[in-house]
Amino acid sequence: MISILKPAVQTTVQDLGRHGFRHLGVGAAGAMDRLSLMIGNYLVGNAQGAAGLELCMPPARIRLDVDCAIAVTGADCSARLDHSPVTVGRRVVAEAGQTLDLSAARSGIRAYLCISGGIDVPQVLGSRSTDLQAGMGGLDGRLIRRGDVLQTLPSTIPSRAPAAVLLPQMGSSIRVMPGPESDGFAPDWRDGLLKASWKVTNQSNRMGYRLQGPALVRRATGELRSHAVFPGVIQVPPGGAPIVLMADAQATGGYPRIASVIAADQWRLAQIAPGTSIQFELCTRAQALLALTKQHDYLQQMQRSLRAD
Amino acid sequence: MLDLPGATNIESQRRIWWLADHFRSQAGVREVVPGMNNLTVELDPTAPEPENLLQALRAGWSQSDAVSLPSRRIEVPVHYGGPEGPDLDQVARHTGLSRGEVVRLHHAGEYTVYFLGFVPGFAYLGGMDPRLATPRRTEPRVAVPAGSLAIGGEQTGIYPSVSPGGWQLIGRTSAALFDPARDPPSLLLPGDTVRFLNVGEAQ
Repeated sequence: MISILKPAVQTTVQDLGRHGFRHLGVGAAGAMDRLSLMIGNYLVGNAQGAAGLELCMPPARIRLDVDCAIAVTGADCSARLDHSPVTVGRRVVAEAGQTLDLSAARSGIRAYLCISGGIDVPQVLGSRSTDLQAGMGGLDGRLIRRGDVLQTLPSTIPSRAPAAVLLPQMGSSIRVMPGPESDGFAPDWRDGLLKASWKVTNQSNRMGYRLQGPALVRRATGELRSHAVFPGVIQVPPGGAPIVLMADAQATGGYPRIASVIAADQWRLAQIAPGTSIQFELCTRAQALLALTKQHDYLQQMQRSLRAD
Repeated sequence: MLDLPGATNIESQRRIWWLADHFRSQAGVREVVPGMNNLTVELDPTAPEPENLLQALRAGWSQSDAVSLPSRRIEVPVHYGGPEGPDLDQVARHTGLSRGEVVRLHHAGEYTVYFLGFVPGFAYLGGMDPRLATPRRTEPRVAVPAGSLAIGGEQTGIYPSVSPGGWQLIGRTSAALFDPARDPPSLLLPGDTVRFLNVGEAQ
């Protein structure tokens, strides 16, 4: 059990998301930075898809009411367990009654707290993730508030020995592949999207990141018919300012899709703070697959080395 | 993604529903999402032979020409007008019809679920009498009540949960459009035929 003494700006329970229901209008939700959630889960001995806390923009304070192993991954928030530093990407064994403090992030914006056993909230359509739009999953489908108490699933603490892993590099260069409507833009989408620097605006959230930069003008006229959209898709509304759809993306949309952020880089975008600029880099399908395979291998190797200790 | 050229038509949409159902259980397929005369399939990026799946999709489309789908018929009880349909007057003004005629025409219609999207359980219904077509509100509402029956352009639909929305609200239903504990969780599924039962104007 853990008690929320002070939530971050936006705190939610997330696992790896809800899949297979988009045709019923159900989005995936799930951790924005899936990679960090998986790393944290491996560190504390959980399955990669156990539910953890996504803390967007700490500070935050959480009391651990049970003996447990914890790991803080993602944004570096100078975490402390009763004043002892908790390095990001490191397993720490905590005793019931200890308090975890997260400060404002020094890099990234989303910290993940994984706890041995994982957070125990009811599964809704196969997932514990909070879908804020639909108001389901997580804790009553809502943001975590001060005073909330979350149960954890029973588990054995993996090892009292500390363990740490080498974390992947964050960055502002995001790889994309062309989308179904990429050809309909003037200037050419490669010039328009790829050569500019894009500022992530304050109107960015778990549904989408609104970007600011030179307007992208679509040559083709007429409205598109509604079609499926997914996290990573970059839409261009008539105003010309692109929106990158994120984990809470709706199931269908109607704006032209100029490009898609590759799966292997979506975690990196999730850690970009509003006000920061990003650049897009063109990538082939083969390169996108290779990047994903590398990420998979990195996680596998991590899991093996953590089991060995 | 399969995107059909030309004007939107119901025959193509029937083939898309069939193809979607057919593909949902295939290995290597993550999501199969019908849109308006298009179908998007999300593959597992590590699926061994994605080209084979694409070929099977093309073959399935050719095959879908000959299939006939059973259509479920769903009846949804609604109250038209009153506080639960605050835009009924606006629809009457825009269409030049009386409130009674708007209700009569809408109630007489037989609707088809083309696809779902926007929020869980939100069905885009085609088949509305074109005389009822009314543009969306210039200022969308921040919170449309759950169960609101609405007109947006030439389409009609029901908001399953409280959500922002710009469609014109003409009534409300107490039916649960989406319940994650139910199987299937959505009351309305692509391909369903829908009729509205008029249970009187709201008090």
